[in-house]
Amino acid sequence: MAAAGPALTSAVTPWWRNRRLIPWLVQAAFGLALLVLVAFLVSNLVRNLTNAGLLLSWRWLGNPAGFDISETLLPFDAGLPYWRALLAGLVNTLRVVLAGLVGATLLGTFVGVAAFSSNGLLRRLARVYVELIRNIPLLLQLVFWYFVVFLALPGGRDALQLPGLVLAKSGLYLGWFSDPLHLVWMGPHLEGTVWHAPLRITVEFGALLTGLVVYTAAFIAEVVRGGVASVSNGQWEAARSLGFTPLQTLRRIVLPQALRVIIPGLNSQYISLAKNSSLAVACGYTDLYSVAETTLNQTGRAVEVVLLLLGSYLVIDLLISALMNGVNRLVQIRER
Amino acid sequence: MAWLRKLATTLPLAASLLLVACAGDGGGIQSQKLAGIKSRGTLLCGVDGKLPGFSFVNPDGTYSGLDVDICKAVAAATLGDGSKVDFRDVNSSERFAALASGEIDLLSRNTTLTLSRDASGGNGLSFAPTVFYDGQGVMVPKASGVTSLKQLAGKPICVESGTTTELNLADRMREINAPYTPLKFQTGDQTYAAYLQGRCVAVTSDRSQLAAKRTSFPDPAAHTLLPEVLSKEPLTPATVNGDPGWADAVRWTVYALMQAEELGITQANIDAKLAEAKAKPNLADLRRFLGVEGDFGRLLGLPADFVVKAVKSVGNYGEIFERNVGMASKLKLERGLNRQWTQGGLIYSPPFR
Repeated sequence: MAAAGPALTSAVTPWWRNRRLIPWLVQAAFGLALLVLVAFLVSNLVRNLTNAGLLLSWRWLGNPAGFDISETLLPFDAGLPYWRALLAGLVNTLRVVLAGLVGATLLGTFVGVAAFSSNGLLRRLARVYVELIRNIPLLLQLVFWYFVVFLALPGGRDALQLPGLVLAKSGLYLGWFSDPLHLVWMGPHLEGTVWHAPLRITVEFGALLTGLVVYTAAFIAEVVRGGVASVSNGQWEAARSLGFTPLQTLRRIVLPQALRVIIPGLNSQYISLAKNSSLAVACGYTDLYSVAETTLNQTGRAVEVVLLLLGSYLVIDLLISALMNGVNRLVQIRER
Repeated sequence: MAWLRKLATTLPLAASLLLVACAGDGGGIQSQKLAGIKSRGTLLCGVDGKLPGFSFVNPDGTYSGLDVDICKAVAAATLGDGSKVDFRDVNSSERFAALASGEIDLLSRNTTLTLSRDASGGNGLSFAPTVFYDGQGVMVPKASGVTSLKQLAGKPICVESGTTTELNLADRMREINAPYTPLKFQTGDQTYAAYLQGRCVAVTSDRSQLAAKRTSFPDPAAHTLLPEVLSKEPLTPATVNGDPGWADAVRWTVYALMQAEELGITQANIDAKLAEAKAKPNLADLRRFLGVEGDFGRLLGLPADFVVKAVKSVGNYGEIFERNVGMASKLKLERGLNRQWTQGGLIYSPPFR
């Protein structure tokens, strides 16, 4: 009889009081509403685009672009189609993002750790750096780096010259072996007013990279500082009593523990850096956004171009995120 | 059921007849845009805002320039007051989006009329008459010693992104087999700043724009234009494609400015001309043009005296040109192609008939 009691009551429980059914129903209703909303937005878009004669089409991607790109890793000229131009832009974006991630991580870690230095000057400099940089808009900083710092470099014959290296208004020129097999060295040389060298970093790339690295490093420094601070003081003291030097303590004891706190914060900084790279157009660097903007203007295919842009940045950021989540799993405590 | 079918066929017919009757009754062209502007009370006009002679912000915060005067003329024609314009600065890459999204009613921003911008499969704009016939040029520092396009091979050239000049430059340089480095910037300010800093050996744009920008350089005399003209650049105000009524109103307001010059009607003598037209019934052409008789205004959905209002606020085309970019201005540009057709130029208004 005792067992029949609850069975009986559950049999007569009306469905609207069923605690297992209700959440499902609410979820389903919400999902349905979301679906209807999305369907409405998409159909609205398609209807309006059709009326305006602008129904999504991707055929223009195969038309010749007709514009040039200043620096590319992939060969490109104005006769190649739009998709090649966009691809060249994407590669340029990836180039600056990858270099930026490495640079910002190194500088950020250094500044973050410097906040714990026994040297008071270094400690204060690190604070000043972080507070100064993270409170000034990135766009302003990029314009500053490009127009005020880099374009103020002397050009042509007056450029800064060192053996195998020239820093001019148009960029950094490095010597390299023009024929690596026979070790034929080729240094930077001047033709008219234009420098030539086997390796070259343009001033536009340099300004964008510097801006992104300096800006993001300020945030990374704070993440690193927070991570290091999360390791209890006892760990430092224990390491010191065991005879570890401060550097050894940092490398062997503190950072491995701090990483657990640092990695998730780092993830969002990396993603911001990738997104912020779209400000490249402010300093004349031809990234994906810059190419897309020109494309949009020439073709009038606003919706398609913006969809491509959204997709590209989403994929880049999801990749960074996936990678960082993988790293995060590696550094977590494995409980036995 | 036969009566139902009959009703179904006759009803739309009756309805459309009724509509035609209403339209003929005095409603004129029903333009959504025009109605919107009238109820808002201001014209939203997209201009460059940083180009001396065409659209520029004065020290007192007001706008002036040739492009600006076109906006004022249209505002005067539609709203009766040339000062009822809300100027919006748009850069070369956002201008078409601003027009398409309705953020601006009229784009008067030294925009080149091209097939792809006009076609509904392209940018889908509707162009008014060309207000400035221009050509693309290249400016270099005199000290560089560059005297022809060919000498720019292998050198960096500054250009504003999203412009026809960007494409023309690519075309011409390919034609003469001269590889070059295009440095693109989003705004004119950035483009010319990079040029002045010496990052590029040359900067390319419409010849009028180069001349205009040069006036604001620290040392204008140190820069010169190369003799080559790279392209035709008919600079033309534009509206959205979907509203022919509004496009017509803008088109004929611009034509009115040109026609006024041809007829010798100026900002100074417009009142006298109007009095003369009212006094002499035999001057039928003038009476129609100034709206004393006929219904040109109503046909366009504008007030009958829209021509008078437009000319009164900014003067005729010739006056606008001279004041902003001509010999009376800092730019000192020749009328050249922009003379009236009667003097061998391309400025030609179709008849007001």
